[in-house]
Amino acid sequence: MAYTPSQPRFGRFIPGFAAGARKPAAVAEPAGAKRVQFSPSLIPYLFLAPQLAVIFIFFYWPSVQAVQSSFYIEDPFGFGATFVGFANYTDAIFSPEYLSIAKFTVVFTGLVTFFSLALGLLLAVKADAVIRGSSAYKTLLISVYAIAPPVAGLIGMMFFDLHIGPFVKLAAWFGWDMQVGLNYYDTAFALIVVAVWKQIPYNFIFFLSGLQGVPVSVREAATIDCRSGFRRFWTVTLPLLAPTAFFLLIINITYALFDTFGVIDVMVKDKPANNPITLVYKVYMDGFRGNDIGSSSAQSVILMIVVFVLTIIQFRFIEKRIHYT
Amino acid sequence: MFKKFTMAAVAVSFSASSSFAATNITWWHGMGGRNGEVINEVAQKFNASQTSCAITPVSKGSYEEALAAGIAAFRSGEQPNILQVFDAGAATIINAKGAVIPAEDLINKSGYKFDRNAFIPGVRYLYAAADGKFVGMPFNSSAPIMYTNPEALKKAGVEAPKTWEEFEAIAPKLKEAGYIPLVQTQLTWEFTENFFSRNNIQFATNNNGYDSIVDTKLKVTDPNLIMMFEKLKAWKDEGYFAYYGAGWNDNQKPFEEGKVALWIGSSGSFGGLKKTATMPFSATFLPYWGSINGAGKNTFIGGAALFAMAGKPEAENKCVADFFQFLTSPEIQKFYHQATGYVAITEAAYELAKKEGYYEKEPVAEVGIKQLKLEGGEWSKGYRLGFYPQIRSIMEREYNRIFAGETTVKDAFDTIEKEGNELLARFAKTAG
Repeated sequence: MAYTPSQPRFGRFIPGFAAGARKPAAVAEPAGAKRVQFSPSLIPYLFLAPQLAVIFIFFYWPSVQAVQSSFYIEDPFGFGATFVGFANYTDAIFSPEYLSIAKFTVVFTGLVTFFSLALGLLLAVKADAVIRGSSAYKTLLISVYAIAPPVAGLIGMMFFDLHIGPFVKLAAWFGWDMQVGLNYYDTAFALIVVAVWKQIPYNFIFFLSGLQGVPVSVREAATIDCRSGFRRFWTVTLPLLAPTAFFLLIINITYALFDTFGVIDVMVKDKPANNPITLVYKVYMDGFRGNDIGSSSAQSVILMIVVFVLTIIQFRFIEKRIHYT
Repeated sequence: MFKKFTMAAVAVSFSASSSFAATNITWWHGMGGRNGEVINEVAQKFNASQTSCAITPVSKGSYEEALAAGIAAFRSGEQPNILQVFDAGAATIINAKGAVIPAEDLINKSGYKFDRNAFIPGVRYLYAAADGKFVGMPFNSSAPIMYTNPEALKKAGVEAPKTWEEFEAIAPKLKEAGYIPLVQTQLTWEFTENFFSRNNIQFATNNNGYDSIVDTKLKVTDPNLIMMFEKLKAWKDEGYFAYYGAGWNDNQKPFEEGKVALWIGSSGSFGGLKKTATMPFSATFLPYWGSINGAGKNTFIGGAALFAMAGKPEAENKCVADFFQFLTSPEIQKFYHQATGYVAITEAAYELAKKEGYYEKEPVAEVGIKQLKLEGGEWSKGYRLGFYPQIRSIMEREYNRIFAGETTVKDAFDTIEKEGNELLARFAKTAG
């Protein structure tokens, strides 16, 4: 059941830290500086040990177990296991249901990432323009982030409830007979709205601090050179925001892929039926609700590979285009 | 002062030693809300009734979560003495040879006499082995019954239907009277599993899966079942049947609000419904098809059973046997039946409640039991299918697609049979 977020979570609350941590490989030493050599000692390793132990116990060990059990079809209680080679993988990959869930996961991740980034940026730009009372705005917008995903799911479920949901009534005014939990697309819509709503504040606060980090002198120079505010934003502000945006892109993809679990669980838990779910949720469904450990392990290994590939793409190709100041 | 202290110390040591003398057993279950409270009350009653055993019930969330927790605990050797497992998970635990001690063996070994015939007919087989031996101890049991809205029936000038043919005849009148004629709460349990039992049709090969898990195949492309769902689809299009999704409450709610004339629900919903319904209600049996030869048999139970987990010391097993014995005593069964709305599972408890005049006061509470006591058929005993929770999910997905118009009934059942059989074949491998 192990999966890994594509990024370690350090520096989540320090904007620009994780993304800006890269330093040029060789730092020129000032002439005449004396190099101090420390003799190798055990102490640094001791300091590292707790962290390494945590990583090993909670990540590597379960991963190895998952890979191992993905090659078996096992009795839930652990009495017998049949070695089946790659059958669990082929069964998953070639099942039409798995494919349709994978397709939904891609669409879901794309839409949630896009909308939560775009809306977060929009709100941040607007809030940045307000000088007076900006801290009040910040507090108001960030407070939503304090809501736990299941609670967000619960609120979403109430808003979209078939019988009492205000959003459903609202949609009915426009002639949209919204049936969350019954109609595939309506449910997908509701899931995306709740997932985006939950993530906007996080993006907002990062973008806002990123915007406030743009030097005033640069802004002033840009104002003199260009009258169009929109073009100024496109050509000057946005490139300067790129490190923040890149960091947020990774965090948001991770969020949409994995952290929306709570939202999905609350919103479609007791109505499995024809509702959209993501791949992570299917891992949970097959493993914990269906007690099919082999298939569930194989699926989680597939997810691990996907995340691995995503990480490589992100750092190999996308990050190269980012200019760090 | 000193005297008081010693007295207190002595008292404390006594009470401590007496609780140490008792054998402690644990009971993991998947019930919440009022039903969870009743479980605590049952445990308290047991603890008060004797001194040698003490039972501690622990809620593990939902049925599925309780099963998952029980499995995880068993694998690490930390299993509880008793685990509650729901109907769809029965094959998982019963096929894991060595995970549980059959309830019947446990009880016999502890010197009690176990009588299968003490249980009402619809309860006897669902948690039993192919030879009829009780593996699980039926606990909270329910039957799918048809709740009715007497106001609606009166307004339309009709009687509650006994067969689906009668329903077809009265549905237009109910609709005309301003009601949704029919809703249900769980298509898999009420209109599939129990469709097979009520109409006495075979559900799966290998004696509905009881004889063997190898090569067991679903028979859901049975023309009668296809006919049922084609009717449901047609009824939905006509406005005679409404479907609000696979969620239990979504479908129950319109009935509680008095918008619906007939609702197929669980007999175990009775207790809750009494609190939430905005109008008087009554109930009758789950309808069957008069056109199907031999239809009208009893249904089997839903709900859950208690399993005695293996690998525990003898003394604790004895306590589990004591507890099972206590649980099936007429008084406790009657208490549980009346406190929750689940059916009384033994004849004796049923007779006791009847003698007290309970059913004259609450006729609805008797409907489920009466339905379980109807004449049994060859295929009304139950089913034993592996990975069944996932098979249910496939059914629910396809049923949703039928009502959304995304697939035809024929294609949907072809898909269910194909994907379901793949899962059954996978399950057969788990025992390898």
